[in-house]
Amino acid sequence: MRRLLNARPRGGGRLLLGLLPIAILVLLYLVASQARHAENPRDKILPTPAAMGQSMEIMALQEDPRTGEIPLVADTKASLTRLGIAVGAAAATTLVLGLSIGLLPYARAGLGPLVATISVIPPIAVLPILFIVFGLGETAKIVLIFVGITPFMVRDLASHVAAIPEEQIVKAQTLGASTWLVALQVALPQAMPRLIDSVRFSLGPAWVFLISAEAIASDVGLGYRIFLVRRYLAMDIILPYVAWISLLAVIIDLLLLTWSRTAFRWAHAPGGRR
Amino acid sequence: MTPVLSFRNVWVEYGDHVVLEKVSLDVAPGAFVSIVGPSGAGKSTFLRLALGQEAPSRGEILLDGAPIPAEPGPDRGVVFQRYSVFPHMTVLQNVMFGARCDQAPLTGLLTGAARRQARAEAVAILEQVGLSASLKAFPRALSGGMQQRLAIAQALITKPRILLLDEPFGALDPGVRLDMHELITGLWREHGLTILMVTHDIKEAFKLGTRVIAVDKRRHDPHAPHRYGSTAVYDFPLDDKQKTAIPREIAAMASSG
Repeated sequence: MRRLLNARPRGGGRLLLGLLPIAILVLLYLVASQARHAENPRDKILPTPAAMGQSMEIMALQEDPRTGEIPLVADTKASLTRLGIAVGAAAATTLVLGLSIGLLPYARAGLGPLVATISVIPPIAVLPILFIVFGLGETAKIVLIFVGITPFMVRDLASHVAAIPEEQIVKAQTLGASTWLVALQVALPQAMPRLIDSVRFSLGPAWVFLISAEAIASDVGLGYRIFLVRRYLAMDIILPYVAWISLLAVIIDLLLLTWSRTAFRWAHAPGGRR
Repeated sequence: MTPVLSFRNVWVEYGDHVVLEKVSLDVAPGAFVSIVGPSGAGKSTFLRLALGQEAPSRGEILLDGAPIPAEPGPDRGVVFQRYSVFPHMTVLQNVMFGARCDQAPLTGLLTGAARRQARAEAVAILEQVGLSASLKAFPRALSGGMQQRLAIAQALITKPRILLLDEPFGALDPGVRLDMHELITGLWREHGLTILMVTHDIKEAFKLGTRVIAVDKRRHDPHAPHRYGSTAVYDFPLDDKQKTAIPREIAAMASSG
């Protein structure tokens, strides 16, 4: 018989196989929820889909009379703005620092140890400092995400740029390229797909930092809402919110992947997998 | 005639490890010089020196009678065994890169007439190397031989004083290698190139070169093998009649290396 490691699922079977565990989990939840409600119809821990739908109707379709805004929309807007600014700033910083450290021996000698040191500091540990320095407003939250993901991204990109074959760099110089042109025309385009990948991987931690900051000091945001309704054991809001956050994360990831595939076609194998 | 490239009593040492010693060599304009030698004899160090990737510990290297700049530049073109082309540029963009560096030092982008002219030159040279059907392909879609053709076209566009080849056909299939021999000989004649090629293939060295230089250690201390460096042990100027016979000393070296 064929070895297990050589047996490959194909086409529809592959899709079905991927959906199966998800379906099982959903089913398990429904059964457990049913069981708890049979015992106690007012159970809050495992709300039924109907209860979640009802609560989300209030959160997603009705204006909050106090603020005049729809909570889910306001929360999403606030969280995505924080995330966008922080990740954008992190990517821009990474591009400048990563290219410099990867290409220039002087930048590597000067900045490498600093970046390595900063990257071992647990970002949440500096959150109090950020709140003291920047106050409880937007700045501290954005800076937390930025501080949390940038050092890793810089190190990743710098090592990727440093791994561009020496032959290519020498060849570019024999074609008359200056340091600037090697950076702009040889290193930058080759760094971009990696930077996009790096942003995709960093979005996970970025969400963690965002929700932590929102949980501690905020008055709007997806993380703020979850931690607010936790006081009332409102699982019927928490669970849909978590699902919504996951959906946002998946959409952002897909957008980045699509961008990388279309704008940097050369970096992706025709088959799809890199 | 001033030699295009000359090594004057060049030494390369790392601490007390001597790689090259007492190398003196003049490359005449229009010559096709092959450098052969066993692996580890420092053949590639020759090219690194000529490129300016490495500086000699002693002695000097002259290009057209003037000391070479201590870094690679457009006066010396190069084709390596691998990684010579830019994976993120199409074939055409790869060849136009030289013109873009020359004429647009700030952005690396050409517009209008300058762009059209650079494109026409690139297309012409790509036609000569037989790549005119793949102008828009990325290097990854090309075979190894085609990638080397591209690397050669890319190097020729800046009209370098000397073309340095580092095992350029070493990774290719034998059949493809023969095609490449024909191509490089044709380009050398047509463009009046001066070529310095490092290879471990002795037959190739004799077939292509107008002069073959064998690099090896002249002295050997079995207790301290690093104490003596390599130098040019044989220097054969060839004319067409001699090209068939490979001298026995060299053939012996090939089998040992």
